[in-house]
Amino acid sequence: MNRTVKTCGAMLLLIAATAIVGPWASQHDYFATDLGNVLAGPDASHLFGTDDLGRDLFVRTMLGVRVTLVVAIVASAVSLVIGVLYGAFAGYVGGRIDAVMMRFVDTLYAMPFIFFVILLMVVFEQNFLLIFVAIGAVNWLDMARIVRGQTLSLKERPFVEAARLNGVSTPGIILRHIAPNLIGVVVVYVTLTIPQAILVESFLSFLGLGIQEPRTSLGSLVEAGVDHMESASWLLLIPAALLAVILLCFNFIGDGLRDFFDARSRL
Amino acid sequence: MSLLEINGLGVSYSGKRVLDDVSFNLDSGEAIGIVGESGSGKTQTALAILGLLPGYAKVQGSIVFDGRELVGADDDALDRVRARRIAMIFQDPTLALNPYLRIGEQLRRVLIAHGVATGKAADERVIEMLGRVGLPDPDRQFRAWPHRLSGGMRQRVMIASALLAEPDVLIADEPTTALDVTVQAQILELLDELREEMSLLMITHDLGIVAGFCERTLVLENGSLVEQGSTLSVFSAPAHDHTRNLLRSALRIDSPDVPGNVDTRPVLSADAIDVSYELPGRREIHVVHDVELTVREGETLAIVGESGSGKTTLVRAMLGLVPMRAGEFVFDGERRDLQLVFQDPVGSLNPQMRVGNIVAEPLHVHAIDMGRREIRERVIEILEQVGLGKEFLQRYPHELSGGQAQRVAIARALVLKPKVLVCDEAVAALDGSVRRQILELLGRLQAETGLSLIFISHDLAVVRSISHRIIVMYLGRIVEMADNETLFREPRHPYTQALLDAVPIPDPKTARLPKALRGEIPSPYAPPPGCVFNPRCRHRIDECSMAIPPTRVVGRSRVACVRATDQGWEAASGRR
Repeated sequence: MNRTVKTCGAMLLLIAATAIVGPWASQHDYFATDLGNVLAGPDASHLFGTDDLGRDLFVRTMLGVRVTLVVAIVASAVSLVIGVLYGAFAGYVGGRIDAVMMRFVDTLYAMPFIFFVILLMVVFEQNFLLIFVAIGAVNWLDMARIVRGQTLSLKERPFVEAARLNGVSTPGIILRHIAPNLIGVVVVYVTLTIPQAILVESFLSFLGLGIQEPRTSLGSLVEAGVDHMESASWLLLIPAALLAVILLCFNFIGDGLRDFFDARSRL
Repeated sequence: MSLLEINGLGVSYSGKRVLDDVSFNLDSGEAIGIVGESGSGKTQTALAILGLLPGYAKVQGSIVFDGRELVGADDDALDRVRARRIAMIFQDPTLALNPYLRIGEQLRRVLIAHGVATGKAADERVIEMLGRVGLPDPDRQFRAWPHRLSGGMRQRVMIASALLAEPDVLIADEPTTALDVTVQAQILELLDELREEMSLLMITHDLGIVAGFCERTLVLENGSLVEQGSTLSVFSAPAHDHTRNLLRSALRIDSPDVPGNVDTRPVLSADAIDVSYELPGRREIHVVHDVELTVREGETLAIVGESGSGKTTLVRAMLGLVPMRAGEFVFDGERRDLQLVFQDPVGSLNPQMRVGNIVAEPLHVHAIDMGRREIRERVIEILEQVGLGKEFLQRYPHELSGGQAQRVAIARALVLKPKVLVCDEAVAALDGSVRRQILELLGRLQAETGLSLIFISHDLAVVRSISHRIIVMYLGRIVEMADNETLFREPRHPYTQALLDAVPIPDPKTARLPKALRGEIPSPYAPPPGCVFNPRCRHRIDECSMAIPPTRVVGRSRVACVRATDQGWEAASGRR
């Protein structure tokens, strides 16, 4: 593993650790308002200052980081597991089964995303978890398509034919010959999924369908910060900077992981 | 002063030298051959002359063309030389043509870009040039899309495109490597006609082409010019070890050293095999017709033919990878006793698996009673048998050379101790010396284990060196079958004769440019009536297009030709 991956990994771990420990160690609560001390700049008591209701921004930002990281991890895990297996199976088996499986994906694609989320909200009660379900349900579709396309070309490669000639079973070929050779694409796509999931979460929260006040996420904090960007710029800058750092770290780690998993770059 | 003077040319990429101190001259009207194995710097030399190396390549030395220095020249100056004075044709004509432009449009742009001609004059000049390079019906081809043309036709188009601006020098980088041997002969014939008008720099790995074609020969090894001189002296009295090695490795169809006959029990036999494909939305295509063959224990049976002859489909059907439509296939063994080695050695190994696991995979599937240690021992044993040590167990395919990768593929195929090994163009992608080693390895394994080989190849020199018996296929049918010596000494079928005539021989003393067979292999969608070879046959008579000729025994061969006789073709053509 190269230095960039290690540095970025360490940074993410540090941010995550702070997000877990910070609010708990802090003397402030994320929902406690202090109308006598609104839009205060950073000081020793309020490390990141306070927002327009006098709530401590440090605690709220850390809460937002938690949400953001959980969204990122859950969304990528869902798209990874379902998308890769579904796509690799459809692509490898091919024929009618492939056609049916991919039409199912197309059907889900065709469903308007917001409609889908509202539907979920109506059927179930409004719930923090629904965001993950919604984001995951959409993200694995792209992954499945990409993986299927890749599999279609992989299965024509002579080494897959060699395995088939030697009587390796279909699951064996998918797991040992197809999947490992998908890692390059998959890792890159996951690193694209993470920022996308984080942005979708902010968007849902903004519409009032996601995280509800007084809970918060980095996306909602940035959104709120824009209102005060001239008078209290830290309300925008601090959450935005953290969001940017997290996204960049995920991207760099993705690049590094792709090289790491690709045997061709191993010497 | 020579037309092109190259002095101390060196090319390096971030400190790594790929070309070192190369100096030679090219006079007008001269043809020079540059030979060497892959990675020896042949193509780098050509690209350096044209200033086509990537910007990060460091170029040293000087390239003077017609009194002008090209190294370090700006793009404008190079553009005045490129294409107009020095043109190049590439190995793969498919990649060199833009698939979204009609042939005529692509070539017209050459003329317009160089200000030679515009409008109607340009069109006429393009059509004239297409005719000159031997494209049938140039008016129609002018409007054709590149994918409608065969590989040989595309290479003709590329040559036409190179000739449009009437260059002084033509650089041909492996111009026939991607083509079949009869088409190669056609292209060489065309290049030979052009020699009067321009100098030629022929880059090739095939010593036969240089021997029949070039006045002078340059030998490159690892970026250094190790030998240069007249072709005759380089071939007859090579001064450098590497040249001697190249010459020794070059396989020849006139080699006296051939395997004899094997008279053992048949291990595999096929009778009246038909294979057809049905692609979605297209007509059924009949690829293999009525094929009969046997393979004996410890025997090598070669199947030769140009691309499109159905040889690969035939073995894929025998391996069960495509269904047979009809026919009987008898094999004295189980599925695992029939193994395959592919053409692309690196592509046939999973890039994410270590060599040890790759070779062990068939054991994991078939030898379930073997323990971990036994499997490991068997893998090490078979690796040693193919000439690779224990240290290869942990390697990944990208760490192997082409020859090593093919050894691993052979080890994987042999780990279950099969009875028959099918080699589908197994040495086609390898350099001369490595090719020879792999062929020797296969011969040794056969002698040690009594393995039978089915050896598919388009390369007659390879077939000559390894096989006991040979089948010649054309458009899905067997046209001739004979033992090695008979087939090469007394070919009975006109197609076999044409194939042999088309092979270049790496010996300038035979002074022979390959003889080209006219035309190209027809589409299996529309096979010609009667004998499938009749439209291209020199000995054709009316009867040939009436019925499919039955297979007859003529001398020591089995031939599907009504005109084949015991006396050979000279006698037959006398009766015409």
